[in-house]
Amino acid sequence: MLEGSAVKTMRAPSVWGFLARRRGGIRADWTDWVTYAYLSLGTLLMLAPVLWVAFSSFKSESNLSEFPPTMWPEAIESVKVEGFDRPLTLFKVTREDGSVVTMAQVRRVGIRAQMLDPAHPELGRVVVPIERAVPIRKFHIATENYTRLLNSADGRIWSSIYNTLFITIVATVITLIMNSMAAFALSKYKFRGANTALLVILATLMVPSTVVLVPIYLIVTELGLNNNLWGVILPVVSTPTGVFLLRQYMLTLPDELIEAARMDHASEWRIYWRIVLPLTAPALAVVGIFSIMSRWNDFLLPLIVLTKPEMYTLQIALAGYTDENGIAYGMLLAMTTLTALPLALGFIFLQRYITTGIASTGIK
Amino acid sequence: MTAINLQWSDRSILLLRQAAALPARLVEPLMVVLQKVLGVARLPWVFLLPNLVVIALFSVLPVLINILYSVTGSDNLYPSERHFVGLANYATLLECQNYLDPSTCSRDLFWRAVGNSLVFVPVQVAVMIGVALLTALILNRRIRARAFFRGIFFFPVMLSPVVVAMTWVWLLQRDGALNGMLGSLGFARVSWLTDPARAFKWSIFVTVWAHMGFYMVILLAGLQSIPADIYEAAKMDRASPWRVFTRITLPLLKPVLLVVFILAVIRSVQTFDEIYVLTGGGPGSATKMIVHYIYETGFAVMPRNYGLAAAASLMLGAVLFVFTALQMKLSRGGRDA
Repeated sequence: MLEGSAVKTMRAPSVWGFLARRRGGIRADWTDWVTYAYLSLGTLLMLAPVLWVAFSSFKSESNLSEFPPTMWPEAIESVKVEGFDRPLTLFKVTREDGSVVTMAQVRRVGIRAQMLDPAHPELGRVVVPIERAVPIRKFHIATENYTRLLNSADGRIWSSIYNTLFITIVATVITLIMNSMAAFALSKYKFRGANTALLVILATLMVPSTVVLVPIYLIVTELGLNNNLWGVILPVVSTPTGVFLLRQYMLTLPDELIEAARMDHASEWRIYWRIVLPLTAPALAVVGIFSIMSRWNDFLLPLIVLTKPEMYTLQIALAGYTDENGIAYGMLLAMTTLTALPLALGFIFLQRYITTGIASTGIK
Repeated sequence: MTAINLQWSDRSILLLRQAAALPARLVEPLMVVLQKVLGVARLPWVFLLPNLVVIALFSVLPVLINILYSVTGSDNLYPSERHFVGLANYATLLECQNYLDPSTCSRDLFWRAVGNSLVFVPVQVAVMIGVALLTALILNRRIRARAFFRGIFFFPVMLSPVVVAMTWVWLLQRDGALNGMLGSLGFARVSWLTDPARAFKWSIFVTVWAHMGFYMVILLAGLQSIPADIYEAAKMDRASPWRVFTRITLPLLKPVLLVVFILAVIRSVQTFDEIYVLTGGGPGSATKMIVHYIYETGFAVMPRNYGLAAAASLMLGAVLFVFTALQMKLSRGGRDA
C-alpha cells in the first residue's frame, strides 16, 4: 500500500504533489495542512511585529504620522522647479476630461491648490480642486532617525551603549571566572562541607532580586556604588545555575588528568586554569551566552541603581523615552531596533546552542 | 553538539583566555602561597570564596536586612535611623474592612496589585503553557524546516522586555498598525491600552508572546525524549491520535510539564518589566502587579516607604520560596533518576 502511493506521486510530479509530499514519500493528509497553517500563522504573528518596528524605524517623520500607516517606508515624491527655492510635491491630477497628468503643487489654499506642469513651468499655474489630486508616493528609506539619534548633541545614546557593553562584558567575564572556580572546587575536591556549600549556592535561587530590592539598594549605596556600573554588576555575578551547570560538566572530566598534572608539580591554580578550564569550554560557552543575554536585557536593578541619565543603560534609556510627551517616535523606533539587534544577530548564529542550552538546563 | 559548535567555543574561549591571562598570572603566585600555607585540603574554600562573598553580600545579608526593614518605620534608608514598629507594616498592608473591595483597605493599591496578580498569574501561565505545548506538539511532527520554525517561535525570548513592550506599544497605539488593519476592514479605531479590561488582556497576550518560546523549547526536548518505539507500538494497535496523546504523550511528558509549570509560575509572579513599559501599570491600577507595587512603594513614589516595600516583598518571597523549593526538588529528583 505504501509502495503504491509512492509510485503514484512519482508518476504525477505536479507542484501540488511535490508540496504535499512528506518525508518518506507519503502524501500529506489534512493534519499536515493544519500543521502548516499553524506554522505560517505563528510565523506571521511572531515575526510581523518586530519587522514592523524595524520598517517603521526607516520611515520619515511625516510618513510615521500617517494613518492608516503604510507598510513600507514611503515618501511623497517631489521635484525641483526653476524659480522655486524648495522642492515641490508631485501629484497625479485627474483632469475634467478624465485624462491623468503629473503636476507639482505650488501652494494650497483651502480646498484648492495651485499647480503647474513641472516639465513646462512657463505655461503658468492652474487651480486644481484637491479631491482631484493624489500625491505620488515612492519607496524611500529614511535614515534620519538613526543619524539624529546617534548625532544627538548630548551624546546620551553613546554613553548608554558604552554602559551596556561595559556591564555585559565585565559581568560575563567575572561570572565565568567566579562560577568556574566554585564549580572546580565542588567537582574536583572531596572536602567537608562541599555539599553544604553547593546547597547554599543553589539556595540563592530562592532569593530573586525582586524580593530583596530594598536591601540590595541599601548595600549598593553603602558600598558607594550608586550610579556606578559596578553597582549593577556585583549583585548579579554569582549565578547558581551557572555554578551547577559547570560543576556537572567538570564531574565528567577524568581525574587522571589532574593526578598527572600534580605528579608534574603543577599548582592547583595552574590545574584549574590550564587543564580544567579549557576542557570546560562548551559549558562555559553556554553559561557565557546566557550571561550576555541576561546582562544586556537587565532592567529592574539598573532602573533603581542607575538614576543619572549619563549612567543609563540602553534598556533604561529606551524605557525612559515613553515618559516624555511629544515623543519623537522615529528616534524611539530606531533605538528599539538598535537595542534588539545585537542579540537578534547573535541568535541567528547561536540558535542551536541557546535552545539546547535551555532545553537541558532550564536556565535563562 | 557538532564540531562547528566546538570550534566556535574553542575560538571564543581562546579570546577570553587571552583577555584574562594577565590577571590569572597575577593571581597565580598568591594561590601558590595560599596552597603552601593552607594545604590542598583547604584550598577549595579559596576557590569558593568569591562566590560565597557575593552570595553573603547580595543574597543572605539582604534577606536579613529585609526582615529588619519590614519591622521598622521611617523613610530613612539607613537601618540605624529607623525605629522599631513591630508588625505594623504588615498590619498596614493587610488592613481591610472588606477584603473583596480594595478601596476599603488602608493600602488599596497593594490589594489591587495582589488581586491583579491573582488573576494574571493563573491565566497567563495556563495560556502560555497551553500555547507552548501545542506549538511543541506541532513542531514534533514530521515537518520540513523544524529548526527554522523552532527559531521563529523562540526568538522573542531573546528580545529584552523593554524592546518587547515598545514593539507592542507601537503596534497598539491609536494610529498604529493594528488599528490601521482594522480600519481597512471597516472598523473604528480602538484605544487598546487605555481601557482597563483591554490593557489587562494585552498584558497577558504580550507576556505570552514574549516568553512562550522558552517553555516550548523545554517541552519540545521533552517530547523528543519519548522513545519512538512506544508510538510505533501504538500505531500497530491502531490507537487514535487523541488516545495516543492522552495515554502516551501526556503521562510521559508529565515530569517536564511540571517543571515548566513551576518555572512559569515563578516568573509570572515576578512579572514587571514588560507591563511597566507597556501600560505603566495603568490605566489607573488596572495592570499593576505585585512587583510593580513594591517598586513604586520603595523607590518611585515619595516619600519612599522602605518598610512597606520590604514587608510586601517578604510576602512575595514566601510564595516564591514554596515554588522554588518544589522546582529544586523536582529537577534534582529528575536528574537522579
